[in-house]
Amino acid sequence: MDPFALQHLTRRHFLRGSSVGLGALALGQLLGRDALAGSGEGGALAPHFAPKAKRVIYLHMAGSPSQLDLFDEKPKLQELDGQEVPESLIENERFAFIKGVPKVLASPYEFANHGQSGARVSELLPHTARIVDKLTFIRSMHTDQFNHAPAQIFLQTGSPVIGRPSFGSWLSYGLGSGNQDLPTFVVLLSGQFAPSGGASCWGSGFLPTLHQGVRLRSQGDPVLFLSNPEGVSDATRRRSLDALKELNEKRLAETGDAEIATRIAQYELSYRMQTSVPELVDIEGESKATLEAYGVEPGKRSFANNALMARRLVERGVRFVQLYHWGWDSHGTAPSDDIITSLPQRCQETDQACAALIEDLEQRGLLEDTIVIWGGEFGRTPMNEERGGSKFLGRDHHPHAFTIWVAGGGFKPGITYGATDELGYHITEDPLSVHDFHATLLHQLGIDHERLTFFHQGRDFRLTDVEGEVVRALLA
Amino acid sequence: MTPPLSRPATGLGLLALGLVAPALGGSTPTQEVDYERDVVPILEQRCVSCHGEEKQRAGLRLDSRSAVLSGSDSGEIQVVVPGDPEGSLLLELVASDDEDERMPPKGEPLTAEQIDLLRRWIEEGAQGPAEESTREKHWAYVPPVRPELPAPRGAEWARGALDLFVLARLEADGLAPSPEADLRTLARRAHLDLVGLPPSPEELDAFLADTEPGAYERLVDRLLASPHYGERMAQRWLDLARYADTNGYETDARRTMWRWRDWVIEAFNADMPFDQFTIEQLAGDLLPEPTLEQQIATGFHRNTMVNAEGGVDQEEYRVAAVVDRVNTTATVWLATTMSCAQCHEHKYDPLSHRDYYRLFAYFNSSEDVGPSVRPTIPAPRREQAAEEERLAAETSELEAALSAWTPELEQELARLRDEHVGASALPAHRVLEASAEEGSTLSLVFEDGSILATGEAPARDTYLLELELTEARTLRGVQLDVLVGGNEDERGPGRTEHGNFVLNELSAQLVTTDGERELAFAGARADHHQVGSPVWAPGDAVDGDPQSGWAVGGGEGRPHRLEAALAESLQVPAGARLRLRLQQTFGSQHVLGRFRVELLDQLTPDDAPLLAPDVESWLAAGAEELTEEESERLREWFLAGTSALAPQRDRLAELRARPKPPTALVMRERAVPRETHVLARGSFLSPGDLVEPDVPAVLGELPADALPNRLGLARWLVSPQNPLTARVTINRLWDQVFGRGLVHTLEDFGTQGARPSHPELLDWLALELQEDGWSLKRALRRIVTSSTYRQSSNVSPQLAAHDPENALLARSPRYRVEAEMVRDLALAASGLLTEKLGGPSVMPPQPEGIWMATYSGDRWQADEDEDRFRRGLYTFWRRTSPYPTFMTFDAPSRELVCTRRPGSNTPLQALALLNDPVFVEAAVALAARMLRIPEATDEQRLRHGLELCTTREGSADELAVLSQLLTAERATYAADPEAARALLERGVDLGTGDLDPLELAAWTLVANVLLNLDETVTRG
Repeated sequence: MDPFALQHLTRRHFLRGSSVGLGALALGQLLGRDALAGSGEGGALAPHFAPKAKRVIYLHMAGSPSQLDLFDEKPKLQELDGQEVPESLIENERFAFIKGVPKVLASPYEFANHGQSGARVSELLPHTARIVDKLTFIRSMHTDQFNHAPAQIFLQTGSPVIGRPSFGSWLSYGLGSGNQDLPTFVVLLSGQFAPSGGASCWGSGFLPTLHQGVRLRSQGDPVLFLSNPEGVSDATRRRSLDALKELNEKRLAETGDAEIATRIAQYELSYRMQTSVPELVDIEGESKATLEAYGVEPGKRSFANNALMARRLVERGVRFVQLYHWGWDSHGTAPSDDIITSLPQRCQETDQACAALIEDLEQRGLLEDTIVIWGGEFGRTPMNEERGGSKFLGRDHHPHAFTIWVAGGGFKPGITYGATDELGYHITEDPLSVHDFHATLLHQLGIDHERLTFFHQGRDFRLTDVEGEVVRALLA
Repeated sequence: MTPPLSRPATGLGLLALGLVAPALGGSTPTQEVDYERDVVPILEQRCVSCHGEEKQRAGLRLDSRSAVLSGSDSGEIQVVVPGDPEGSLLLELVASDDEDERMPPKGEPLTAEQIDLLRRWIEEGAQGPAEESTREKHWAYVPPVRPELPAPRGAEWARGALDLFVLARLEADGLAPSPEADLRTLARRAHLDLVGLPPSPEELDAFLADTEPGAYERLVDRLLASPHYGERMAQRWLDLARYADTNGYETDARRTMWRWRDWVIEAFNADMPFDQFTIEQLAGDLLPEPTLEQQIATGFHRNTMVNAEGGVDQEEYRVAAVVDRVNTTATVWLATTMSCAQCHEHKYDPLSHRDYYRLFAYFNSSEDVGPSVRPTIPAPRREQAAEEERLAAETSELEAALSAWTPELEQELARLRDEHVGASALPAHRVLEASAEEGSTLSLVFEDGSILATGEAPARDTYLLELELTEARTLRGVQLDVLVGGNEDERGPGRTEHGNFVLNELSAQLVTTDGERELAFAGARADHHQVGSPVWAPGDAVDGDPQSGWAVGGGEGRPHRLEAALAESLQVPAGARLRLRLQQTFGSQHVLGRFRVELLDQLTPDDAPLLAPDVESWLAAGAEELTEEESERLREWFLAGTSALAPQRDRLAELRARPKPPTALVMRERAVPRETHVLARGSFLSPGDLVEPDVPAVLGELPADALPNRLGLARWLVSPQNPLTARVTINRLWDQVFGRGLVHTLEDFGTQGARPSHPELLDWLALELQEDGWSLKRALRRIVTSSTYRQSSNVSPQLAAHDPENALLARSPRYRVEAEMVRDLALAASGLLTEKLGGPSVMPPQPEGIWMATYSGDRWQADEDEDRFRRGLYTFWRRTSPYPTFMTFDAPSRELVCTRRPGSNTPLQALALLNDPVFVEAAVALAARMLRIPEATDEQRLRHGLELCTTREGSADELAVLSQLLTAERATYAADPEAARALLERGVDLGTGDLDPLELAAWTLVANVLLNLDETVTRG
């Protein structure tokens, strides 16, 4: 059986009203009514039907890239550049920073047709342009949050209010692990800062803590406290664990408390992780061609390194890999956050590795059952922000429309779904809500989003709250 | 890859394996099915949302027994035929194999166990009390009544009424209590439950040596009197109160909240009655003449988050904080899932959307609105308070002395005037050209030679002046006067709304017949500059760095002077030109309005004050020429600078610079209350009907004289009229001690929550709590001195199968302790623990790279002193990145109320306990503690170590295992002394320098095992 699922065996989970799955049968004498109620109250654990995809890589561009300078080309903005927008457009609108009547801001970047599909992509993303035929573009994502922390938390947990489980936690809870010796849900950060939503972006909310995302770090131990202390050899550690096991077994016999059996198993698993994790992060064996394709510089904290790690993780059966790359918040208050200097830097840091990841997954036959998602937490305005009269060009937060792309996992490649008006302000075709998006992703993973539930505080909760429709037009 | 979590569709498979345990708090095969206890929960959880008060699909209601029996509203279809399960449609539908037919249509089918209960209920005649809707009489909404004491057969086992209830329930299931635990186990258990620390060897010896009757009760009394009791109790309360040391959300900046945390510890230690504890935290500010401590208590609801992210609509987050206060209050005192009613009528419990906003109205008129954390108050600690008061008095005396005008001072001022009368330097230049780079228009429009910038103020600008010297002179500096009275409607001297500006850089070029040269400045002075973070000092305007600059925040609306000294003095011929460049690139219109430049042939002496332009003109004018206001301002200036008052001024500066007493975030009502509207779908943008504060109707009514504010609400919460608070509170205490509440869902006493396992006991305890004057210490004492509590926690396979969750308490529970206690236990066993109570939160070492919050340069600064080893509850709690080892052991992020932590058991916990430096340091210290026993054998040392960790005496074969490890590791380190040195190099002095490193390293490995024992981190 799956030792990571051993975590499900803890009796305290039952005591505390959490849910368990099949793994619990092994220590079935522990099963109480809660175990039945937890998974039985309207919530079947997944998969509910044959899945198209088994795992997810989510490339979250924290801060939110400008769709108008990358994917959603708007010639009308060129025409109206520098003119005030009609007041009717911004009546009753709330903006994060824009004051008064803002002026239209044209994209300074050239767009061109790419691939068989002829997708229009800006010159800032030459590598992504190369792989457009493998991508499903969604130009009609929208959200109802326009501040970073709540918008990120909404996108990752289905609710802007902190306290719900994140997407990866739901998958961990619903599908369990695909690898005995690695965490089910792994988080990697690059860029200067963590995402604004903090650890809640990968929190398990009211699900048992073991479903929370585990950060794979690029400095120090890749998993916290993985290494033995200095001066403790592997042989010494093994002897210590053997002694510990023997002593714990004596207590198990004495007390009859099966929780001790679980603890013994967890110590053994931790020991195996001391081999499996270093093996995971050791990229020695990767070919020069692969390293070059991603733009990996060994030992560096970078998006490229994380993208390669994402492939290594899904290759080993990790269910959900979440990358955050910080720094897309292009307000235009200074060169460090404008669309002339800063935006091209972010593109340069990520573009090559994104394309390499897709191609690498495809070559290894992993793309067909791995969903890769690229996108921010909201869009950016067609208007120049001009905060405090700033001369630098930038765009404010825009919740009404933004572009993301998806690849693999049974999504229909080479299409563009949804459309926005000539300014890129409102959606004109096929709006896609966060809940619809989640429902569709879960569907591909073999999960009926209405049936993956958890009973908490008097009711069943699910990732999609009380909404969400599977959008079949996105699927192959 | 087999999904490990898939499971059979129903519990049938489990039944077949004979593994299904009896329904907890419910029926067992030996008991009759009880409608209220067994059937109602199934109907309410699975049926009533479609067949109840709101919806009646197929015309059928299942929310009361009479409705169930009468079938569809037309009466045509009977769904339950008493006594005839086979003929009852209800049973047929819930047990159907046909997915299209089966009820309920959504979600999983009923479990086999639930179906069996329904079958047996019908078989036994569908009995139940004649009643109306089950909703109206949900047990939790009926005030507790004193139950009759049961009379179990084995009553001699009972030490009190509590035991009678437990025993009666056990006997109903054919169970008997477990034997009493041994004294060491009991001592450890009571220590962990009441103070959260294991007994020290001395405490244990004292207890074991006391062979008189009542020894255990005396131990309990000692523990309840210990200051560590308050820490143990506070730790759980902090989860409920969502206490943290930061604001949450993006920036997640620090806040000073620990005075409230210390208030909680002190309140528990003083056994403050829970009703008072409630009132002071919810409404201490509204009590008549509230004390400082009562105001600090209101920090409970200031633990809400503040979103300081740029561009936030603060009203949205103010409402979010109020929502959090409503939900937290409902959870903590009422165990009610009020949050459902924020957006719509509660689906299951009788709480309306309107009820929600009535409760909301109580919290809607407090002053606090982000992004600041105001209101805060100075909150000196008790021991600081008297000293603070004395210093505050001295401060006001000095302030008075420094503003009193005396004849002596008048004379001094007159002397100073004499020096300045008539002194007025004539300009030695004329302005040839004044222009700006970014759209300002500069013109000479004033007689005093000052220049005015007009036109729409740009965000940034750089002014260029060209001056011609009208006579040859020595040039030592440049004086810039920034003036007010420029553009109409501008406050000056800057063109911002407030009047501030930033002069980022002043540069000068000299043009003579010899050519052009750049002039270097040695520094600059000003009569005033902006302090704070960062400082905008005059020197910053001539430092060559365009990021820094001179600004006058705090002195807006008044003229100021900058005197920039040249690096070397120059002899300049008449006709030479000077080009000046005033770079003002801060942004948001921080540019100058009216200003004037003077070329100086001498600088103000270092020991003389640099006079602002207005002061200079007042001194130069005759006293009689000044207006009343000007005279007053001149006196103020003089008072602020005269050497006659220097001692007083220095003392005042010293007093003001002393470390400020800590502050506390408090609740405070606005002078004008806000109106409260029902918010459609919970959105603050969709206000509906106006509502007044009130409590939910289902929970009773407020007394006629109740105050319509938080104080009125708080008093009602702890009044006998409220059926919930006493039950909810005692239930949490029960959970703290038994690892599971009598109502298992601590946070939900509503219809979707668990039913009490011992309803009569719950009521009895709740009534005792109130009659004891809400003393939690007495309530705990009653519980931990019971026979129920004293049972052994060992469990037989039969008992584990019968009651896996231990809801019936035929044994004592056994569970891993909470995150903070995992740390505390290791520190206590190793002797490293710093037993200091309260104070600012501390930072034990944590790995690099945990704190990466956006737009925050804040850093985790590990404590090197005794604060490195404080109890876990004092660890600095940052919401977006909490202390990682606590998260690993299931601590919440403290963003929201948390009533129950999960008790997970994971490999990451193993890695933390084995390798987190704090546990390695504890292992070294524990090893040293074992080694320091004078003249002992290895076995004696090992025995002592095991006892320090588990309070238990080791058996011979346990000691043999440890001894074997010791031998092996002695060999390891003898062969590799370098490894021993590496292991003991801990980055902190643990005072082990005198011990043989090879021996200490080997013992450290043994200690590491001891600290990792399941038993060490377990309450059993």
